[in-house]
Amino acid sequence: MSIWNYISAFFSAENYTLFVVSIGSGLLCFAAGVVGTFTYLRKRALIGDVISHSVLPGVAVAFMLTGVKNPLYFLAGAILAGMLSIWLVDYIQTKSKLKPDTILALTLSVFFGVGIVLLTKIQHSGNAAQSGLDSFLFGKAASMSIADVKLFSAIAVINVVCILVLLRGFSLISFDENYAKGLGFKVCFIKAFLAFLTVVTVAIGVQAVGVVLMAALLITPAAGARFLTNSILKMLLLSGAFGFVSGWIGVFISYSGTGMPTGPWIVVVLSVFAFIAILFGKQKGVIARIRLKKSNYIKINNENILKDIYKLAEQGQNTITEKEIIEKEKYSPALLNSVLKRLEKLDLLDRIRGMVIMNDKGRIAAREVIRKHRLWELYLSKYFSLAEDHLHDDAEGIEHVITPEIEKHLIQLLERPEKDPHQSEIPY
Amino acid sequence: MNDFYIIFTASLVAINCALMGSFLVMRKMVMLGDAISHAVLPGIFIAYFLSGSTASLPILIGAALSGIFATLIIEWFTTKARLQSDAAIGVSYTLLFAIGIILISKFGQDADLDQQCVLYGEIEYVSLWLESVFGLFLLPKQSIILLVVAVILIIAVIWGYKGLFITTFDPNFALSTGVAVGFWHYFLMSGVSLTTVVSFESVGAILVIAFLSGPPAIAYLLVEDFKKMLILACLIGIGCSIGGYYSAKLFDVSVAGSISTFIGLVFTVVFIAVRFRKSKLDVISA
Repeated sequence: MSIWNYISAFFSAENYTLFVVSIGSGLLCFAAGVVGTFTYLRKRALIGDVISHSVLPGVAVAFMLTGVKNPLYFLAGAILAGMLSIWLVDYIQTKSKLKPDTILALTLSVFFGVGIVLLTKIQHSGNAAQSGLDSFLFGKAASMSIADVKLFSAIAVINVVCILVLLRGFSLISFDENYAKGLGFKVCFIKAFLAFLTVVTVAIGVQAVGVVLMAALLITPAAGARFLTNSILKMLLLSGAFGFVSGWIGVFISYSGTGMPTGPWIVVVLSVFAFIAILFGKQKGVIARIRLKKSNYIKINNENILKDIYKLAEQGQNTITEKEIIEKEKYSPALLNSVLKRLEKLDLLDRIRGMVIMNDKGRIAAREVIRKHRLWELYLSKYFSLAEDHLHDDAEGIEHVITPEIEKHLIQLLERPEKDPHQSEIPY
Repeated sequence: MNDFYIIFTASLVAINCALMGSFLVMRKMVMLGDAISHAVLPGIFIAYFLSGSTASLPILIGAALSGIFATLIIEWFTTKARLQSDAAIGVSYTLLFAIGIILISKFGQDADLDQQCVLYGEIEYVSLWLESVFGLFLLPKQSIILLVVAVILIIAVIWGYKGLFITTFDPNFALSTGVAVGFWHYFLMSGVSLTTVVSFESVGAILVIAFLSGPPAIAYLLVEDFKKMLILACLIGIGCSIGGYYSAKLFDVSVAGSISTFIGLVFTVVFIAVRFRKSKLDVISA
């Protein structure tokens, strides 16, 4: 099926199911993405997994007590069981020497085990109405009803409103709980409320995508969004948008193939989005960081070689051979060659038959590096009282990252010194 | 005889999981075990698809490799992409699980595999596939594989005890004395993958996690010495298998679910007992 068929099918009234399911999945993933942003920031990604497994016994108990297939009772049971699981995880953590990961794994498997026991009990008791309970295990996104979509819209609206109202509190407890306490926020209440929102979202979402994949709906969009921005508002928006679009595309893919499950496809699309963000994020992305590393590497090599040439010239040599530089810096000839080539291209020096001659522009650049190096040495010896032989190594690293502003500040602080601690002249 | 076969199979899973789980608990990596147990799904599917069963050893190793693949992805996310570790686990295993489900629902009819058996196994039916061992006695096919893996794991733990122990309890010291920390990490992860892959068919992913985390956690609350903890965890696992099986029979419910529940009950009792004893000791010392 082509995308055009999909679009025309989508807008035609005959394919009402597709319309309902697309909107429903989009809204659910949006709601999960928004509230999941805080789950991610609080480094509780795996608690989503625990909640989604834990709702099962709640649903089963609700069914056993009432004997009817009422989504509201199910939801109430699911929320209670989810809250209980969160509370248990916290309780065991404070009252025993067990580590969080063990407690999470134990809680989720035992809750789920109890759920399966109850579920098989219901099945074996021959109650005809039980067939709907299975959807809590594996989800049934493809057979979403209008009532489900209403529920998903409701949770989306509730999440957005609550987060907007409590944004400051939620952000504070995500980054610094103690600071929030100090400001007089009711941290306990805010935490419990956030947990409640998460549990409600998970309890509703589990019916659509199943217990295992629900954790992805919370975490994956937020993980992707985190690589694109530092602002929490933008992260919320991006995460919600990722969720919405993925929900939509997931439905489209599962609709176009026969027997394709919706929930897993949503997760695959979400993961693709997150992966793209992780790779191509402007500042934090993997590629951006590799680039930065490479450009730093080039800068450091350039500056080191310039400095060497300048220092050799300072000792009174007019012509410097490449061999001398190799002796000084321990570079391989190939590396030195590539660095010199680059410097020649930048018009900082000239090379004639194994000799290197620095021009005025090169000298200015070299002086800048040496000035930063010597200023830093002086600063360290003056303000940290470091011994003379401890200064060089530190300055060797820092000279490449001192910005013009810091340099200006250093000069001011040290009152434009003439000599460094080793009595070498500081060139201006 | 049926009772024996089921308990025997469950106990073997319990032993395998207790051996691996004890190390995972001490290394704070149980959730990684959880992730692997879900993430091997695509590998298991490919194994099924190629061979029609998980019974052949080369395929088993292939599936176990998919578990290691999952650890590698998680590590790539944390070290290279600098994603926080909990999210790295969450993102990777859900993706692999989703891919597994898609593969199963696309080609699953040919492979006789469904989501339900992935999550909670079919231990009730192990006695349907009996095979004779050296022509002497009959054992379920599943339990023979589990037995082989148990022997491999016991030998591996005894052989590598020193390395595993030192990298678990003092990785920095191990690193500074030149112990190959990375090797032992992947050594353990191979064991965890192998355990998960062979156990999943009989008991399902959920009971694997319960066995990986529960008995070692209970043993950890009870004893200080790690060797004792390993043995106690195995015994608790076997005990829970027996108790869980008979409760399942009594109440006519899922065996895998019942064993998980039983583990939960034992944990609750031990947890309360330890708390009670501790508070009593506190009173005395005060």
